[in-house]
Amino acid sequence: MIRDPKDLQRYNASERANHWVVGMSFILLALSGLAFFHPAFYPLTQLFGGGVWARILHPFIGVLMAVSFASLFLRFKALNAMTPTDWEWVKRVKEMVDGDDHNMPEQGKYNGGQKLLFWALAVCVLLLAVSGILMWRAYFDFGVGLVRFGTVVHAAVAAFMIALILVHTYAAIWTKGTIRAMWYGTVTRAWAKQHHRAWYRQMTGK
Amino acid sequence: MTNHWVDIKNADLVLVMGGNPAEAHPVGFKWVIEAKKNRKAKLVVVDPRFNRTASVADFYAPLRSGSDIAFLGGVINYLLSNDKIHHDYVKAYTNAGFLIDDGFKFEDGIFSGYNEEKRSYDRSTWKYQLDKDGFAKVDDTWQDPRCVYQLMKAHYARYTPDMVAKVCGTPKDAFLKVCEYIAETAAPNKTMTNLYALGWTEHSVGSQNIRCMAIIQLLLGNMGMAGGGINALRGHANVQGITDFCLYAQNLPGYLSAPTDADVNRQAYLDKRTPKPLRPGQMNFPQNFPKWHTSLMKAWYGDAANKDNDFAYEYLPKLGGASDVLATFEAMYHGKMNGFFCQGFNPLGSVANKRKVSDGLSRLKYLVVIDPLATDTSEFWKPHGEFNEVDPAKIQTEVFRLPSTLFAEQTGSFTNSGRVIQWHWKAADGPGEAKDDTEIMAALFLKLKEMYAKDGGAFPEPLQKLTWAYRQPAKPAPEELLMEINGKALADVTDPKDPTKVLAKAGDQLGTFAHLRDDGTTSCGNWIYCGSWSQAGNNTAKRDPADPSGLGQTPNWGYAWPVNRRILYNRASCDLSGKPWDPKRTVLKWTGEKWGGNDVPDMRPDAKPEENVMPFIMNPEGVGRLFSRELMADGPMPEHYEPFETPLDANPMHPKNPKATSNPAARVYKGDMEAFGKAKDFPYVATTYRLTEHFHYWTKHSKLNAIVQPEQFVEIGEELAKEKGIAAGDRVKVRSNRGFIKAVAVVTKRIKAFDVDGKKVHTVGIPIHYGFKGVTKPGFITNTLTPAVGDANTQTPEYKAFLVNIEKA
Amino acid sequence: MALQSLDIKQRSATTTPTPQARQTVEIAKLIDVSSCIGCKACTVACMEWNDIREEVGTCSGVYDNPVNLSENAWTTMRFSEVEQNGKLEWLIRKDGCMHCSDPGCLKSCPAPGAIVQYANGIVDFHQENCIGCGYCVTGCPFNVPRISKTDSKAYKCTFCSDRIAVNQAPACAKACPTGAIQFGSKADMKDYAAKRIADLNERGFDKAGLYDPEGVGGTHVMYVLHHADKPSLYAGLPENPGISPLVSLWKGAAKPLATAALGLVALGSLFHYVMKGPNEVSKETEKEVEEEDKA
Repeated sequence: MIRDPKDLQRYNASERANHWVVGMSFILLALSGLAFFHPAFYPLTQLFGGGVWARILHPFIGVLMAVSFASLFLRFKALNAMTPTDWEWVKRVKEMVDGDDHNMPEQGKYNGGQKLLFWALAVCVLLLAVSGILMWRAYFDFGVGLVRFGTVVHAAVAAFMIALILVHTYAAIWTKGTIRAMWYGTVTRAWAKQHHRAWYRQMTGK
Repeated sequence: MTNHWVDIKNADLVLVMGGNPAEAHPVGFKWVIEAKKNRKAKLVVVDPRFNRTASVADFYAPLRSGSDIAFLGGVINYLLSNDKIHHDYVKAYTNAGFLIDDGFKFEDGIFSGYNEEKRSYDRSTWKYQLDKDGFAKVDDTWQDPRCVYQLMKAHYARYTPDMVAKVCGTPKDAFLKVCEYIAETAAPNKTMTNLYALGWTEHSVGSQNIRCMAIIQLLLGNMGMAGGGINALRGHANVQGITDFCLYAQNLPGYLSAPTDADVNRQAYLDKRTPKPLRPGQMNFPQNFPKWHTSLMKAWYGDAANKDNDFAYEYLPKLGGASDVLATFEAMYHGKMNGFFCQGFNPLGSVANKRKVSDGLSRLKYLVVIDPLATDTSEFWKPHGEFNEVDPAKIQTEVFRLPSTLFAEQTGSFTNSGRVIQWHWKAADGPGEAKDDTEIMAALFLKLKEMYAKDGGAFPEPLQKLTWAYRQPAKPAPEELLMEINGKALADVTDPKDPTKVLAKAGDQLGTFAHLRDDGTTSCGNWIYCGSWSQAGNNTAKRDPADPSGLGQTPNWGYAWPVNRRILYNRASCDLSGKPWDPKRTVLKWTGEKWGGNDVPDMRPDAKPEENVMPFIMNPEGVGRLFSRELMADGPMPEHYEPFETPLDANPMHPKNPKATSNPAARVYKGDMEAFGKAKDFPYVATTYRLTEHFHYWTKHSKLNAIVQPEQFVEIGEELAKEKGIAAGDRVKVRSNRGFIKAVAVVTKRIKAFDVDGKKVHTVGIPIHYGFKGVTKPGFITNTLTPAVGDANTQTPEYKAFLVNIEKA
Repeated sequence: MALQSLDIKQRSATTTPTPQARQTVEIAKLIDVSSCIGCKACTVACMEWNDIREEVGTCSGVYDNPVNLSENAWTTMRFSEVEQNGKLEWLIRKDGCMHCSDPGCLKSCPAPGAIVQYANGIVDFHQENCIGCGYCVTGCPFNVPRISKTDSKAYKCTFCSDRIAVNQAPACAKACPTGAIQFGSKADMKDYAAKRIADLNERGFDKAGLYDPEGVGGTHVMYVLHHADKPSLYAGLPENPGISPLVSLWKGAAKPLATAALGLVALGSLFHYVMKGPNEVSKETEKEVEEEDKA
């Protein structure tokens, strides 16, 4: 694709790389984690060289995701502070889902939904990291009561987070012209004006 | 055992005292559990520690280590004063009515005839009054003040429940409860079995501990009965066998007392050992002594033992003094010994006072260790850190280690505690250069014989003329040995009543010791084993578990000595008329013409009841002895004496007589007396014992055993631990006057302090088993602590009661 | 254990039924604590038969060695000194897998066939399928499975399934000198237990009873206890063991519900796309931007 020099830079290379480290590790974690969660997914362990390798790799990938997510978090936490406009957006999200975004409040770089997702993911990763360590028997030995609690938390939070990521992914697919922001960092001005008008104004001065 | 392992299941009461079978004999202990499960038997444990036997007992009573006679004397007193004895039995089958010599006395803790300087008794007054025919006088009414019953009653009247509590530290109610349990078995159809082991023998009054129980069992009428008896639980798998074959140098095989310097010729030797009956019409079985001995000499020397040379009596060594283990190490310690053979024996670990043993071994020219394992003894000269601090530069002893095979790598026989001889077949060949013990001994013998032939030497005949008719002289086969032990007819053996009747043809294996002769026409290596390999073959290899009586007699499983008799004195299981006291447990009965039932009669088979042949056929009086005459070194009736290291200032039974504090007839060597500790320096009573996870000093070499009990420990009660600031798992140092050990502390509720004569006495329990060789954690030799003083009769060291101090290491 | 010939009744991480046609007798081991003398013959027999060797440890101030269960010690004796009714008792309990009818380990295990329950009741680990996650440890109400430090596989008592398969008693039962470990059908073992309990009642243990906890559907290792009303006296034997509610939630309702929820989210997205179409930049906006360029 030939890029228009007037396209707007939404993410720099470092941010994109960071996102994809998180994304890749999440995919691996979800695949291996689901394999341990329900027998229907157990064949996914073959992607990792079998059940034992899946069990060995999962927590290390988890560490990678937690660390890289922490970096992502630090980069974007300021941009994700909720504003009254965001809450207004969230209240009217149904219109948005119905594909009618004409009357949605004007949005900055991120809309209220994206921001809530950001914070929800942050909480999920924190909980997964802590509960994951409780379960990591190769290196840790916690009391069985704590491990049991951690296990349930880990499973529940993981399922929730997978659902969030599905939504996140779908939103990116649904909103055309979005994914390129994570491939090569730019979006069209029209895209920005339509979905993130305030950010568009800020970037173009118009 | 007078009875046997399986017979324990027939008991109504199992009294465990002086033993801990759940731990030391767990496999045989199954029969106690069977008795509990199937007969509703009660299990009572009396012990200084609440041990694993007590953990499954119906009742447990604590007693201070070394006070068993006080306790048992109290039981005797209880039985007599409450008249809880089996009257008909005691009247008929014991010497209760026998009159005792007027010179016999017991005053202030000492029996008549005491010689303080020699620490021994002139026992000439400890005997029956005899009539003009040489028979003992008996008062069947028991009224004569000189009769055994009256003397005994007076003797034990002092052992009141209060006195028992005072001496033993046993709460009075607990003692009385045990008495009640025991007294119930005075009923003719109730039996108590008694299980004991080293907890009784390893005291300076060891033999008398057992004598007490013999008296009790006679009073209760429990001897000869199924589910009764006095049952010594032997340690090693074949220690009964080794005892039968002269573990002690005082004996020849089959408990024939060995000749001494005083026995100047065969006749004098035999005369002294062939008793005359003390009551009319009794079997007086030891009258056959000349037959047993002559047959033994024929087995050893064959044609070289004949009428012309007094059956080679000259060849026998004559004892000039004591030769027990303490005497041996005493001599070694004083440099009076050049060489020492240790065969299946680890004296550095198992003999009292390790330092003395180590010093003794250091003064030898050579030491030969024949053992499957690299024993601690074989490395007594080698420093092993604090566990064995020695200076090899100062030790010149040359040590030879000859590896031998282990029991599972040998074919042969085991004799178990119940006297059942069982053949076993080897499971595997020994490793490396290991050889069977017989092969090692044969090699030594043949080499010595060759050297005598070549180089000459003093008095070679006993060695040169020994029979050695094995197919492979360097490898005598176990089968050949057992056949030789069993014995054979050298000429036709005929029935004395009918000389035309041949009982055993020349060359045949003998079927019973009744066929042994004193004229040189039979050979037999051990009279009590005669019949084990008869003309029918190897009876010890029989493996038929059939048990027609349901009593567990299994007559075709192995072979019990003597003559496959399973319960000794079984004639006493019937009343005088030959009817069983308890028909439900019939061991024997008079059928009208002979003795029959479920065992080989311990009686002349055709002795009619009205002939009044009494059941204790090995005794010239025919009855059981409540009063043991002159046969014990330290008194005809047991008396409580304190251990040589006692926590008390005096014997509470005889507080005014220091001579009667500890066994007055126990031998104490100079030096050993000085090595006794005093209660002011060593206030706690120590007792040593075994753990179920280990077997003596062997299994510390076995990984599995090491896993389940890896490290040396000592056990103390919570109260003492608190006083000393010791917590479970701490390392502690235990000292006696002879040395110290360090071990881990096990702090337990199972050991409680005793209130003895108003004084609080704590117990320190110390398992043996550990040492500096093996795969368990390296440990100290427990016998570093123990005193070198033994029982007055057997010289078994006093491992069970001595004094120590303890502190945090 | 593997390579056995026993029918499998339940298999970990398997949602379809196992072959059910052949019916076998339910078996059990009965440990009569009142006849146990703590000799550890069972412990040694277990190590011998299974070719496992625990490290030679140290004395920790009690008789318990091996001090704990491990991948190399599938059973161990727990000694408890307690005072009951003013009387000292030394309770000795053989600890190890209880072989629950409703095994928490099997329920928790994510690896298909790593844990099986045979038709006779034995719960067995097949280490070749084990992935070493330790979920079995999390699931067990009796704290029994152990993950090896060496190979990260889970281990526990196999009930000597290899011996059972060829009609041999378990090694521990075979070695027990006092008959404190009985082996047979579960029904027979209950009958035997009833006799032992009657005997204990007669000896003054009013509360003697059988430990066959219902919370795990009963067990195939049962205890005769002198004090069945206080199992915790026996080195903390659980009073009312059951699979933890957390574990039940995790490997019970959560499994299908969460899977379904994720499926719904995915499907919902798909249908949303199909029904509402993509969220594209509107022609107007594109025009506006073009016009801005021209301006």
